[in-house]
Amino acid sequence: MTAPVRLLQCTVNGRATAVAVAPHRTLLEVLRYQLDLIGSKQGCDKGDCGACTVQVDGVPKLACLTLAVAVEGREVTTVEGLGERAGGCHPLQDAFDRHDAAQCGFCTPGILMAADALLRRVQRPVTPDEVRAALAGNLCRCTGYTKIIDAVVDASRRLSQP
Amino acid sequence: MLRLPGFEVATPRTIDEAATLLARPGARVVAGGTDLLPNLKHRLEQPSLLVSLAAVRELGEVVVDARAGVLRIGAGVTLTAVSEHPLVREHLPSLADAAGRVASPLIRNMGTLGGNVNLDTRCRYVNQTAFWRSAIGGCLKSEGNVCHVVPGGRNCVAAMSSDCVPVLISLEAAAVLRSTAGGRELPLAEYFQADGREHTVRRPDEIMAEIRVPLPTGPRRCAYSKWSVRKSIDFPLVSIALRFDLAADAVDAAITAVRVVVGVLGSRPREVTQLDAVIGQPLSDPKVAEAIAARVHAQCKPLENVPYEAPYRREMLAVHTRRAIARLVAEG
Repeated sequence: MTAPVRLLQCTVNGRATAVAVAPHRTLLEVLRYQLDLIGSKQGCDKGDCGACTVQVDGVPKLACLTLAVAVEGREVTTVEGLGERAGGCHPLQDAFDRHDAAQCGFCTPGILMAADALLRRVQRPVTPDEVRAALAGNLCRCTGYTKIIDAVVDASRRLSQP
Repeated sequence: MLRLPGFEVATPRTIDEAATLLARPGARVVAGGTDLLPNLKHRLEQPSLLVSLAAVRELGEVVVDARAGVLRIGAGVTLTAVSEHPLVREHLPSLADAAGRVASPLIRNMGTLGGNVNLDTRCRYVNQTAFWRSAIGGCLKSEGNVCHVVPGGRNCVAAMSSDCVPVLISLEAAAVLRSTAGGRELPLAEYFQADGREHTVRRPDEIMAEIRVPLPTGPRRCAYSKWSVRKSIDFPLVSIALRFDLAADAVDAAITAVRVVVGVLGSRPREVTQLDAVIGQPLSDPKVAEAIAARVHAQCKPLENVPYEAPYRREMLAVHTRRAIARLVAEG
């Protein structure tokens, strides 16, 4: 039996958002199918692949394993918000473009959100090993990861320039 | 796409409120949700009410209790926080290591220590979609009444797959459980039982509030060794926690006490016994690693309940025991 819907109030990509959700809906379902934010991808839907990675209060988490009602009062950032925050194209997105770090692109939104959380946490140029560790929960079946790591390292250097 | 079944969610602010809610029929506790939500999506449970511990702040503390000589870690502390916490890293490095090797960074940002201790047992015939399971008619732990791992078996042997549990038992940790009936503390060594359907002694109305880990009283060396197919995301297929108390703070000092705990066998972790021969020997003596690896190999018999052949995993238990001790010795 489905429990009654309730009003979820939170911030999504900087905008105050109110949306009616059933308690068993995941954050990913609400983002994609109620708020039309289809950047976050539905991959394995059980926590293995990282394609649904979003930031909750700046911490990268899996939207497929987060109940929508659990983000009440919190700040959710999706890949759509990443570009907006940078006024169009985020330096990470620019680096992914220049390094050809996206091929099919399905994993890219989740990887961008995990990488952005790393760069915002450390606030300095990162090493390839730090990128590998931070992206260890995001699977990519196309690139072999090398170009992704290059792009994140490059973006971290550019972001650290005065 | 995997849909969740319908349920109600309650978000209490205190342990007492949570315990009251959890006493309702059909209620089920949830913390980070990284273990429960996939299981719900796979229709392995059908609770009518999820009691979320996410807003219970008293579950989120890490404090030294100097009088009791223990580090008290709230069950709601995330695995990321356990792995990075200065007190855990200083006093219990093998626990920080194990917590930092659970699944992936994303899951460690969500999953909690209490959730990892209470991780449901896993089996290749169980952790599948309901559609997949219907092809084999289910099993003892799901919809069926047979075991596909041990043909003819009447007892579920799904594997205790927590990374932190073997380490916590090797460190003689205890768990604090709370319910409307009050609280109780019991050693984690007595927390698990050999039934994959109900592998802990926690009652459904009890909340794990805290893990208490004794602080070291003398020199020691500890290690956690995990082998999985990928270096991230995967559950352990070989999982060994080692603890050596030493007569002095050097690896050529004599061993005064030893504990070795192995996970991912059946539904309860196994403490390796008959290790007395290494007491009094220097940890750096290669014969110590050989003797312990031999006891691990003799006493631990993996089953075909998780991926990879059981005989291979049995050999790897000995290999990883030797390697873990060699690393401790090399680190000095």
